[in-house]
Amino acid sequence: MSAHELEVILSRQLADTLSIPVFIVDPIGNLIFYNEPAEEILGKRFEDTGAMSVEEWSTAFEPQDDEGNIITPEQLPLVHTLKEHEPAHKTFRIKNLKGKMYTISVTSLPIVGRARKFSGAMAIFWTRKSKV
Amino acid sequence: MRIRIHGTRGSYPTSSKDYEYYGGATSCIEVIYEQERIILDAGTGIINLNEDDYYRKRRINILLTHLHMDHIQGLAFFQPLFNSENEVYIWGPKGGNTGLRLRLNRYLSPPLFPLPLRDVPCNLTIKEFPDDPFKIGSFQISADYVSHPGPTVGFRVECEGKKFAYIPDHEPMIGKLELYQEQKWISGIELAQGADLLIHDAQYGNEEYLKKAGWGHSTLQHAAQFSERAKVDKLLLFHHDPAHNDQMIKEMFSEFISDKNFPFDVDMAIQGQEVLI
Repeated sequence: MSAHELEVILSRQLADTLSIPVFIVDPIGNLIFYNEPAEEILGKRFEDTGAMSVEEWSTAFEPQDDEGNIITPEQLPLVHTLKEHEPAHKTFRIKNLKGKMYTISVTSLPIVGRARKFSGAMAIFWTRKSKV
Repeated sequence: MRIRIHGTRGSYPTSSKDYEYYGGATSCIEVIYEQERIILDAGTGIINLNEDDYYRKRRINILLTHLHMDHIQGLAFFQPLFNSENEVYIWGPKGGNTGLRLRLNRYLSPPLFPLPLRDVPCNLTIKEFPDDPFKIGSFQISADYVSHPGPTVGFRVECEGKKFAYIPDHEPMIGKLELYQEQKWISGIELAQGADLLIHDAQYGNEEYLKKAGWGHSTLQHAAQFSERAKVDKLLLFHHDPAHNDQMIKEMFSEFISDKNFPFDVDMAIQGQEVLI
């Protein structure tokens, strides 16, 4: 068992106190946590979904643009952050695990601690009103 | 290994009759194996070593968990630094863009101290902890960041199969009294895993903690939970609050253990005590 880096632990502690949805992944993209506000949008508790690989979470929510075109994993801000270790932002639509559609804006940022090592990434997201 | 406690107090030193039993010097620990010693933290407790003949004409290693005043205040008055026949290594955590020497200089330089660090007579080397475990003589040491304001580490010291963990300033869970259920989410857990002895922050009672959440310190409850999760053999509760006199500490501890059955030995750390692992 290897504990998470301190800055990832503190990111989760921060996420637990926020009413903004937060999604945290490890350096290779495995989903390791999302908070209660995120559960409401994603449609399932983290305890029930558990850890997911980047291949799983980047497709499970069927991300798409306003015209209904599928957004590939590489186009997702959190995947960009994982690859490039820089912040990213995008607005797009998802279908949650209960089948409900949401338009969300996502801002992702890399988690880099004092050792200057890339320890993972976190994404905050919020729902936007869909374009009519 | 022998663990000798020279300072148990957090925040600032205290001195009065009411603090004699648990002690008033701030954090300092000696780890001893046969003729080898390392010093952990340089609070005012390190001044107790000034008359120790061991620290003449040799290489001395001082490992700092962090640079808060209660962990470095004794450094300026540690006589072996002023002995030109000594070789002194001061180790500390990396801290962002400013090197350890520059950060130490903020204290050990005018106007806060008359003699700049560069002018101390000993042969002084300042080193930042490597990312991986390292050896000093017979001691294998791990220094990992733990949850506390500013760059702060805890130590795991292993020697001849014995394991000692020292995490004097630590708030493993901010704002709550219960730790996360999953081991991976507990700051510092690997440092303490299976330790024969853990010395851990236990500055506050539960009520006090409600007003001090985020200050970087633990309650006795945090420390005990942490110890249970790390499966340590013995826990010494440390970093006594300077506002807690001996009577208050005794009462706090007595109340804390009264209705509990811990799977490890537990006691409050006492200045001057020595523990054989």
